[in-house]
Amino acid sequence: MPYIPNTPEDQRAMLDAIGVESIDDLFAMIPSELRLQGQLDLPPAMGEMDLAAYMNRLASENTVAEACACFLGGGSYDHFIPALVDTVASRGEFYTAYTPYQAEASQGTLQAIFEYQTLITQLTGMDVSNASLYDGGTAAVDAVLMAMSATRRSGRVVTSRSVHPEYRQIMATYLANLDTQLHVVDTPEGTTAAESLAAEVDSQTACVLVQHPNFFGCLEDVETLAGIAHAAGALLIVAAGPISLGLLKRPGDYGADIVVAEGQPLGNGLGYGGPYLGIMACGERFVRRMPGRLVGQTTDRRGRRCWVLTMQTREQHIRREKATSNICTNQGLMALRAAVYLAAMGPAGMRAVAELCLEKAHYAAEQLAGADSLELAFEAPFFNEFVVRLADGRVEHRLKAARQQGILAGVPLGRWYPELADCLLIAVTEKRTKEEIDRLARVLAQPCPSGD
Amino acid sequence: MRNRQATQLLFELSKPGLAAVQMPECDVPRRLPEQLLPESALAEAPPALPEVSEPDLTRHFVNLSTQNMSIDTHFYPLGSCTMKYNPKRNERIASMAGFSGLHPYQPDETVQGMLELLYRAQEMLAEIAGLPGVSLQPAAGAHGELTALLTAAAYFRDTGQGRRSVLIPDQAHGTNPASAVMAGFRTKEVKSTSNGFVDLDDLDEKLDDRTAVFMITNPNTLGLFDPQMSRIAQRVHDVGGLVYLDGANMNAILGVARPGDFGADMMHYNPHKTFSTPHGGGGPGAGPIAVSEALAPYLPSPVVVRGENGYRLDFDRPKSIGRVRSFFGNTGVLVRMVCYLLTHGTEGLRRVSENAVLNANYLLCRLKHFLPVPHGDRCMHEFVASASGLKRQRGLTAMDVAKRLLDRGFHAPTVYFPLIVPEALMIEPTETESKATLDAFAEAMFRLVEEPMDLLHEAPHTTLISRADEVQAARKPILSWSPEDGRE
Repeated sequence: MPYIPNTPEDQRAMLDAIGVESIDDLFAMIPSELRLQGQLDLPPAMGEMDLAAYMNRLASENTVAEACACFLGGGSYDHFIPALVDTVASRGEFYTAYTPYQAEASQGTLQAIFEYQTLITQLTGMDVSNASLYDGGTAAVDAVLMAMSATRRSGRVVTSRSVHPEYRQIMATYLANLDTQLHVVDTPEGTTAAESLAAEVDSQTACVLVQHPNFFGCLEDVETLAGIAHAAGALLIVAAGPISLGLLKRPGDYGADIVVAEGQPLGNGLGYGGPYLGIMACGERFVRRMPGRLVGQTTDRRGRRCWVLTMQTREQHIRREKATSNICTNQGLMALRAAVYLAAMGPAGMRAVAELCLEKAHYAAEQLAGADSLELAFEAPFFNEFVVRLADGRVEHRLKAARQQGILAGVPLGRWYPELADCLLIAVTEKRTKEEIDRLARVLAQPCPSGD
Repeated sequence: MRNRQATQLLFELSKPGLAAVQMPECDVPRRLPEQLLPESALAEAPPALPEVSEPDLTRHFVNLSTQNMSIDTHFYPLGSCTMKYNPKRNERIASMAGFSGLHPYQPDETVQGMLELLYRAQEMLAEIAGLPGVSLQPAAGAHGELTALLTAAAYFRDTGQGRRSVLIPDQAHGTNPASAVMAGFRTKEVKSTSNGFVDLDDLDEKLDDRTAVFMITNPNTLGLFDPQMSRIAQRVHDVGGLVYLDGANMNAILGVARPGDFGADMMHYNPHKTFSTPHGGGGPGAGPIAVSEALAPYLPSPVVVRGENGYRLDFDRPKSIGRVRSFFGNTGVLVRMVCYLLTHGTEGLRRVSENAVLNANYLLCRLKHFLPVPHGDRCMHEFVASASGLKRQRGLTAMDVAKRLLDRGFHAPTVYFPLIVPEALMIEPTETESKATLDAFAEAMFRLVEEPMDLLHEAPHTTLISRADEVQAARKPILSWSPEDGRE
């Protein structure tokens, strides 16, 4: 076996020291009637070369989005990742370490997480960031649970149809056995209208969760929405797009109480959906209700600055059923990648990426909207993602035609929004070139052969 | 050989005008943000991130990495965490563009290789568990617990049963009660007997027709297999409840015993423990769950199915609880897990558990003469020693032992868990350590307990920092850098 470093002689010596005949004797505490009769039915073992060949075969059966002109988004984006991010994250001392409970043996991880927390507060304009959650969707739901506890209102949560549909599904799943009503504001114009929101928010409402830029790419009028939430004593939770914060007002500047985000765009690959990371940041006054790990600065016995996991009395291994959350393992290595990415970009880099995304997306929208058979579904201002409607509704046909030209043209919306079944969600990152955008416009504008 | 680039924070290395990345010129006609977006939406200035050059950043982070203990560099006998070797072939394979470069919303026909891999993952996990329904969606072990409990709740709701209580042994991981509360259940604690097993009388007292789930970790957190398992399952099933197996300790029983065969209705795996995926300094993990046939319809959507035209994601599952995570799951972790399972096969997985149990028993027998193990002479994959005798005799605590081990070049065991053992040192060597390493560890431990007390109380001495003041950190939390806190 490849990862067992003991020889049969070693094993014999160990058994002798223990005082048993065979390894089987060590399993005596499992009653024989509870043991597996026979063997597991698994494929035969593969050596490294065979495994590599098999996995190569599987890998080659996939169309690599990163090698295409990828206009897919919906929370996961094909952004450029500087080599430095991979170099740091592939250090064995980082990726083969455990959660840093033993501070003296884990200063590298602890300091890097402390830097991550700081970078996230700088990006969001919030007071405090935790060490990461699983992904943007669970972070959004954790924020809702946190708001229910902070406001002592557990009866009502209000969100909007322009929030990522999968985030709303997770929320519905988590709340299914609690006595909480989830109200979803309709968004026919692609954004959350103030009047519609105000009609749903009442004095029992724990929080309002909106996404900005929202799932359709549109900007929400977050300042007005914050006012509505706060007037009712509810908290405003914003699911933000981390790249957009190179350009847009920071949530801390417009009154968000808790900010969450899918952190994938910050230096993490597409990876067929994971591992990603959930970002969560909040105002100082909520920190004791925050889920997840926190790294704090302190000193050692000689007075030197150092870092430890802190405020652990919030956590499950201390508080058990009274913990703020059940989270234990989070997404440490992904948070490290995000930290290296943000540090490598700096303020100018983040601004430049955001501008490139914005300008290229608007160029793409103009090219598409110029075709007779295509129109933008919504008029609201957008960042780097927008919804385009196909006059003939032949979404699948166009996607296939685009794929033949190496273009992943967009995410069809019918699965979540039946009324948008003739629409595509199109994301444009800094990696898309003018030539790719022009090709996308041509292929989507092309009439379909009839009867196909 | 420390240098300032490691001990300084990023923010202290910052110098206006530096950056490690330069973005290309825009190749579409330029338009200013003010022309495209309402002014009220725009920030006045970009975020105040640090400005550092690439060479400085590289040195900073590489130096930071050297301040960690890790599996690649140290023996890491952290009980309950299964810190085994992380195979390098799995890293290389998972980073291939054909796996790492796929968008989660690509159509199924463009990701057939990935779906085949995930389908095989479902099949293999079902076989190892002896439970046919598998969801790969949960992102970590605790998330798997929550998902399984939500699945159970949906099953009870659908079958018209208002069961609201979850029973949990007092020695369970803290995630168990925390997950139960998140899923909307009330928790009841079940006592352990003095030898560390479930107290059947107490269990009987707490079981009733409101019992939804009994959560059990078996082998338990003392590293012992509870031999009453079938009687426990029988009693829970008799009142109509379900048995949940916390799979944290699966490394002891791969191919030896299957949870589905010994009475569990559902369980989670920790691939970052049992199946060698790297722990990443605190994640990513994954928390796939396996459940009985009766529960399978309620699992999260989608699952991977095999049809006439290949593999596809199945969303058409009307009884499903819905979703617990966006996108597919922590797929990159699952790719590594599949590599591990295919590398081992039937025989290999059994060898893993045999050697994990052999290593633990060998270390136990080396240590027990000077560090008592209150719960017996034998264990499964881990055992819990107690420093309480040493504390009485000499004032030596489990924490002192842990910190002094760092000086000897070993990561510390898990300390003060489980709570039912005073001054607990929970030791799990895993199968990927050699006899020579275990001997060296035992030797270090033997010498350690004889050392002068002040040396032990002041440990560690050779690490980058001495003992960190956790009380100060919690009392006056400094959770991000600011120039005024930034003094070294």
